[in-house]
Amino acid sequence: MTLLSNTAVLLGKELRTEFRSRELLTTTVVFILVVVVLFSFTFDPSVSESRRFGPGLLWLAFLFAASLMLQPCFLREQNNDTLSALRLSAGDPFAIFLAKLIANTFFLLLTELLMLPVFAILYNVRILSVLPQLILVFFLGSLGVAIPGTAFSAISAQARMRELMLPLLLLPLLTPVLIASTEATASLMDTKPELRRDWLGFLAGFDVVFLTALWLFGEYLLEE
Amino acid sequence: MLKTILGAVVLFLMIAFTAYLAFNYAPIEKSMGVIQKIFYLHLPSAFSSFVALGVCFYANLMYVFKRQPKWDWLGVSAAEVGLAFISVVLVTGPIWAHPVWGIWWTWDARLTLTFVLWLLYISYLLLRSMLEEPDKRALFSALFGIFAFLDVPLVYFSIRWWRTQHPQPVILGGPGSGLEARMRVSYLLVWGAFTGLLILLLNARYKLEAMRASVEDLRTEAEVQ
Amino acid sequence: MTPPAFSPAGIRFEKIEKRYGGLYALRRVSLDISAGECAVFAGRNGSGKTTLLRIAARLVRPSSGTVDFRMKNGKEPEPASATGFVAHATMVYDELTAEENLLLFARLQGIPNATARAEALLNEVGLIERRGSLVRTFSRGMRQRIAIARALLNEPAMLLLDEPATGLDPQGIAWLAGTLHRFRDAGRTILMSLHGESEISALATRAIRLDAGSVVADTKAGANLRSILTFADA
Repeated sequence: MTLLSNTAVLLGKELRTEFRSRELLTTTVVFILVVVVLFSFTFDPSVSESRRFGPGLLWLAFLFAASLMLQPCFLREQNNDTLSALRLSAGDPFAIFLAKLIANTFFLLLTELLMLPVFAILYNVRILSVLPQLILVFFLGSLGVAIPGTAFSAISAQARMRELMLPLLLLPLLTPVLIASTEATASLMDTKPELRRDWLGFLAGFDVVFLTALWLFGEYLLEE
Repeated sequence: MLKTILGAVVLFLMIAFTAYLAFNYAPIEKSMGVIQKIFYLHLPSAFSSFVALGVCFYANLMYVFKRQPKWDWLGVSAAEVGLAFISVVLVTGPIWAHPVWGIWWTWDARLTLTFVLWLLYISYLLLRSMLEEPDKRALFSALFGIFAFLDVPLVYFSIRWWRTQHPQPVILGGPGSGLEARMRVSYLLVWGAFTGLLILLLNARYKLEAMRASVEDLRTEAEVQ
Repeated sequence: MTPPAFSPAGIRFEKIEKRYGGLYALRRVSLDISAGECAVFAGRNGSGKTTLLRIAARLVRPSSGTVDFRMKNGKEPEPASATGFVAHATMVYDELTAEENLLLFARLQGIPNATARAEALLNEVGLIERRGSLVRTFSRGMRQRIAIARALLNEPAMLLLDEPATGLDPQGIAWLAGTLHRFRDAGRTILMSLHGESEISALATRAIRLDAGSVVADTKAGANLRSILTFADA
């Protein structure tokens, strides 16, 4: 099916360009690291009460990092007007979005997983026993961030003050993702870890809603 | 022009009348006292803001598919008017809360939702100010508006579930629960007046936007010559 | 040069209008360009040449009016596959090699034997030696060549070029003129916007001058080709 094969081709391009320069990955990882460490100055992680805040702070850090990481997504396609080339060759415009959001989810997930050990040490949390479940939560949450994030990256690329515009558009909208992901993460890091299926279901629902919206309106987001 | 002035006068009288009703006809609520009367301002504003949100969403959809400027005008009008009403809700909430609970703000479900909604409206309007070209501004703000609208129920449910797990004092006690007859009458009339206000404001803002658009067009055309 | 995969295509613009707010980029432009013609658009900056070409390429949506492709054999092709577009920007990725770029776009368009096709085009445009170099390292002339290679991937029946000679040195212009000559002789339709006379404009079989979004002169209507290109009054 052309949509799937084109998505695969474009995904290959996204991954290849990023792994060649690794700019986005390194800066995102460093950013999250800085934020988590700074947070630990304001909330002393050794105090058990502050451990309550841990998951929330972690997800806040992810959200801020994501809103920075997603900016170049469509901005780079303005270099040499490659976006027009994609619009002309890629057939279904949804393939362009699908490829970018898969790549973005993957990069986000990668940085989150790289951060996890650091966080676990600083906040004294046992994660090994719940690692697969945590990865599931991170995956659904990152998808929730990447889907509207990729869409809004296309919008903010058209606007002035685009560096500030993307976080402004994205962060209020991601309130449900923040709440659901924090709750799910917190309950996994609790003394009696529990996988909150209701929040996971909610995240999955969020992802479906916005993926559908992107599928319906994607071509308009690419208009000149 | 005459119709608008007439409408405004009628509306003013309606609001004055319903305000009188709210203060003098409707009885003072037992547990909260006089401050409860802010409810006559708070709830209709909330309702009007939701109507405005719906109008904005509809206008956004119509613009994306029809591309007629009038839908863009309606969209921005609904967003600005909606923002005004939401601001009223956000301000009257704490004013009510303070004498009753002793706190100015609480992250209860409804207030939090209102705040997030307020932020989304602001983002919509800010985005518009950052897009200079009229067609682009209309299209991309409409697309953002559509995504934001789809988010609203998700925000509501997530906050509610979250709050049922971590309860907070609720600012509004169930408003419809056991309203005394006189209160109910007053409330309905105020609600009617606010709906009228919503329509009047929308109409005025829409006309203003239509005029602004044609001025902008004329100016661009003149600059080219 | 291989003949186009489709039989040559003509294009018809019917009352094309494009407004940006109060600004009319194009005012009810109607043009009929036959298959095999080499039509040159001349005009000042802002006269609407780029907009018209981008509308033909289906990148820009007109405010009103229609664009149709006419095939010699009567069939209507998919617009995207019938045209190749060369813009002022190169429309290729700086961070990929020449070969990677062509492979990417070939695969996206579902071109069979993408690797062979990419290699053939790299040979045709004289970039085979630099197939593994990042486009970022290319000179302006080389970028133009990779841009044209990309446009030719699907063997389009029609080529759209927006000021293709800009920034090229005399050598580059000579190469471009030769390449376009071969396209024209292979039966492809060419629509291009140019700034003035050159080896490239000499290929024109038709010239159209635009001013402030309207057609003010057309060789089809009897105007003089040279005078259109040199902005002299017909």
